[in-house]
This record gives sequence, C-alpha cells and structure tokens, in this order.
Amino acid sequence: MNIIVCAKQVVDASEIKIDSSTNKPILEGISKKISDIDKNAMEEAIKIKDKHGGKITVVTVGSVDAKERIKELLAMGADEGILIPYPDKYDYHVVSTLLAEAIKKIGEYDIVLCGEASTDLFSGQIGPKVAGLLNIPQITYAQSVDAEKDKVVAERNMGEKSVTTESSYPVIITVTKEINEPRLPSLMEILGAANKPINDWSADSLVDGLEPKIETIDLKGISMERKNIVYKDSLDESIGKLVDNLAKEGVLG
Amino acid sequence: MVLIYSDNKKLTFELLSKGSELSKDLGKKSTAVIIGKSNDTLANEYIAYGADNVFVAETDVNSFKAEEYAEILEKVVKETSAETILIGSNKNGKELASRLAGKLDAGCIIGCTNIYLKDKKLTAERVVYSGNAIAVEQFNSKPGILTVSSKVFDPLKKDDKRKGDIVKKKIETEKSSSKVLKIQEAKTEGVNVEDAEIIVSCGRGFKSKGDIKLADELADVLKGKTIGCSRPIAADLKWMSEDHWIGLSGHKVKPKLYIATGISGQIQHIAGMRDSGVIVAINKDADALIFKSADYGIVGDLYEVLPKLAAAIKDKMG
Repeated sequence: MNIIVCAKQVVDASEIKIDSSTNKPILEGISKKISDIDKNAMEEAIKIKDKHGGKITVVTVGSVDAKERIKELLAMGADEGILIPYPDKYDYHVVSTLLAEAIKKIGEYDIVLCGEASTDLFSGQIGPKVAGLLNIPQITYAQSVDAEKDKVVAERNMGEKSVTTESSYPVIITVTKEINEPRLPSLMEILGAANKPINDWSADSLVDGLEPKIETIDLKGISMERKNIVYKDSLDESIGKLVDNLAKEGVLG
Repeated sequence: MVLIYSDNKKLTFELLSKGSELSKDLGKKSTAVIIGKSNDTLANEYIAYGADNVFVAETDVNSFKAEEYAEILEKVVKETSAETILIGSNKNGKELASRLAGKLDAGCIIGCTNIYLKDKKLTAERVVYSGNAIAVEQFNSKPGILTVSSKVFDPLKKDDKRKGDIVKKKIETEKSSSKVLKIQEAKTEGVNVEDAEIIVSCGRGFKSKGDIKLADELADVLKGKTIGCSRPIAADLKWMSEDHWIGLSGHKVKPKLYIATGISGQIQHIAGMRDSGVIVAINKDADALIFKSADYGIVGDLYEVLPKLAAAIKDKMG
C-alpha cells in the first residue's frame, strides 16, 4: 500500500502574543511544529502500513526550516520526505495545487492522508481541494479508518451523526484529532531517521506560472483583555468576593 | 451573478441576506440553488428571503456526497456564469466548497465572519490562529468561493410579495465510487450550548463521570443550567455527548457567564469560549493557562470549591 501524508509546519498558536502598538499578532520567534492533526494522519498511515506493508511518503509545502519537522515524521515511521519550499507568493490555491502536482509526480498511491485542518489557519480546505484537483473520492472528518486490501471503510464524525463511508482506492482521507494518539518516536528511531531521504522539489519544477487566487491584505490581532483577578485569600473569603463581584456584574441570573 | 447554496434552509436564509447585499454592490443578481427534486414551496421561500432567482438543479442523487454535489454545483456555476459563490459553512458545506474550488481552479475562503467589497474586490474576514487574529483576505481572481457559518449574518425580513424567476434544469452526474454504508445519529443530550446564557464547563480536573454532578448542582443554582465541557470529556472519555463540547472543533459559545472548572485552558478550548461575557476559572494549578483567559479565578480543588460556590450563590440570590 502506498500512502502519502500531507503535513504542514505551523506556528504554535498558544504562544502568539499581540503587539499592542500595531495590533498585529507577533508571529516571529514562535516555536514551530507539525500541525497536531497532521500527526494523527501520520499515525494512521503507520497503522495501515503495519497491516498491509508498503511505503509512506510525507509531502510538505512550507518554509525551508520545515525539514527539521519532517524528520520528526520520518522518526515516527515515514519512509521518505518531500519538501516543496514556499514560492514567493502563496495561498490555499498555490499550496493545494503544489500538493496535487507532487502527488501526481509520486505517481503510485492508494491513500492520501491529512489532518481535517491545520491548527494555525483551521480552514480545512486543503484535503478536499486536492481531492477535487485530482478528481478522486474524498472521506473527510474520519474518526476511524479500516483499510482493507482493495477498499477502505471509514467512520466520519459529522457532529450530530456519524456516517460510515466506503471507498475504493485511490482516496483522500482527512482525519480528526480523536482518531488516535500519535506515537512518540524512540531515541533509536530519531537517530535512524537521519538516514532517511528528504527530497527538495521546487514549485517551478512541478507547475509553471502558478499564481495565488487570494491575497491576505491584513492581519489584525484580537487581544483578549480579561481582568485576571485571582483570589488568594482563604477559600471562603475568595468565594465570597467572587460571588459579590459576579452579582455586581449582573451575571448571576 | 452571486450563487447561494446550503443544504440547511435556515443557513440559506442567512446567506441570502449577505448575498443580496453583495449582488446589489456588484450590480448583479443573486441566485439561490436547490439541489434535488423540484420544490416550488422552498424556491418561493428563498425568493421571499431575498433571492432574485432560484436555480433548481434536478438530479436523481438523493443524499449528500461531496463528489457528486461538487460536480452538480460546478455545472450550475458554468451554466449561470456565477462569479461569487456563497456556501453554508457546515461540515457538508466546507468539504463541498473546497472540492468545488479544486474542480474550478478557484480561490476559496472558509468560515468568513464578514464579506464586503474593498477597492471593488471581493474581500472576506476570517478568524485565524485559534482566535488570536482576524485575517483579511481578498480575491484577485474569479470565481470566488466563500463559506459562512450559521448565525454570522441575520436573515432579511420575509417578504412574500417579492418576485423572482425559478429556473429548473436536469443535471447529470457521474456516480462517485464512494458509498455511504451507514448513518448513525450521534448520542445527544439535546443541549444547546451555543444559545446558553450561563455555562458551567468541565475539564480533566474531574476524576470520574459521576463527579460531573458537582457542576450540575452549580448550574442548577444558576439560571443558565447548561453544562459544557472541554475536548477530553466529550471526545476521549465520552462522559458527555458532543453537544456539550466547547472549543475549536466543538461549539463556539458566548454566554454572559462562563465558569470553567478543572479546565487547563488549552488554546483550542479558549477559541470556543473567548467571546463570553464574564469568565471565571476554577483550577487547582495556579499556573494553569485558563487563568490568563479569565476575569476571576480561584485556585483550589474543584471538589471543595464547587459545593461552596453553589451554596454562596444560592445565599446571594436568596
């Protein structure tokens, strides 16, 4: 079984602070990681490989430093990584087109896996958009996946209902965070990953004249201003003060 | 032409409100799309809620599948030469819009919180970085696809005197190779956290399912009576049904009072409750992130704090 995992490097949103003078989020100097839900996709890929054998290729469109993050996925169990560095200008369309072209270039594949959305922009359009570009079936929001030899059955979390869907290969599956618990690689696996290949594929080599469809013209910070009063008296006194304040604010019913 | 589609009627009404505003600004018409059997009652309702026209894509496809619906909409877009496509941002709508964007080689913005023209270009705002920022994104190409969640826009007042054309056309589609085997209604407890005025919310600080009754008792004392929870309680431990789940992938709430008990304050949870009026946090860990997002906090064991707090509120309210 040939499995492709699309993974994104994101900034850790929990570290973002808002610059009060410009009212913009400060995105520089924040630690970067593989988007959490893409790690769930990686874990699911490993489970499928364990069952059927085959090869797992990770494809990332991202900045050059994403190579370090791809190594984490190789340590988890991917066989090969491909990094397509961001072109000068990019948007959802550029990224999904590059992923689709990379998948076509890889050629033989049965399952493409990715997270239902990335934890930074949480748009969730890349998976189904790539499916549309490749014109193959899509199974989104999968909370369990059972890959058989010639078909896959997945249970999709649709909120008020769960929908069990079956598809032949090739297929794109986007997974939810609940599908599994991504493994932590051992030291041996981390060391072993250093010998696995990460190939650079340039955007130009995949597709000519790719232009964004959308431009981000502004990014405005939302500051969360809260009183942050933490009571440090005895419990009874603290509760008394809290209830007084809630009553004053008029929120007690 | 502004095209409007959702499989949810109420959400379509809300989209029609923004759709007719945009079509006026663009000097175009708005067209609501119905996929499936011809339904004049529904079509007339869409017109009464602001659609200039209704396009009925008649098809034998009788249940939603993104592959087939995207193909149908692709044909409708080409038929109507639509340049702006508004789609309801529920789970079906998001994967439909994204797949359609792939098929049309079009730009797509998911989960818009506002849409307008700026420098004559279609522009949308959406919340990014777990609620820390709003991105203003602008299309420099056509067509443009945008999705909008429920309750972002208010529907227009229904006007039965409005007139519009209803166009019906049979649309053929290729059958998708995926098939639906089973649909199971999720277990729900019929809770609507999104409309709740007061929410007491539970996290991993609770040691067992039975202990949730402590939060229940506090909620009972408060008028709100609604219990929410963080991801682990609904998704991992399944102590509560998912209609209680508050967070980035759960429900987004804005009660006037939000009491977070035993919740550590992961950014994904904050994203779901940050618009609350007053936020109270109860956690035994003084360094818990939740205190940074709270107005009032008590560092303490919820097993001790909750009964005392419930009693104190009861006293106060008489």
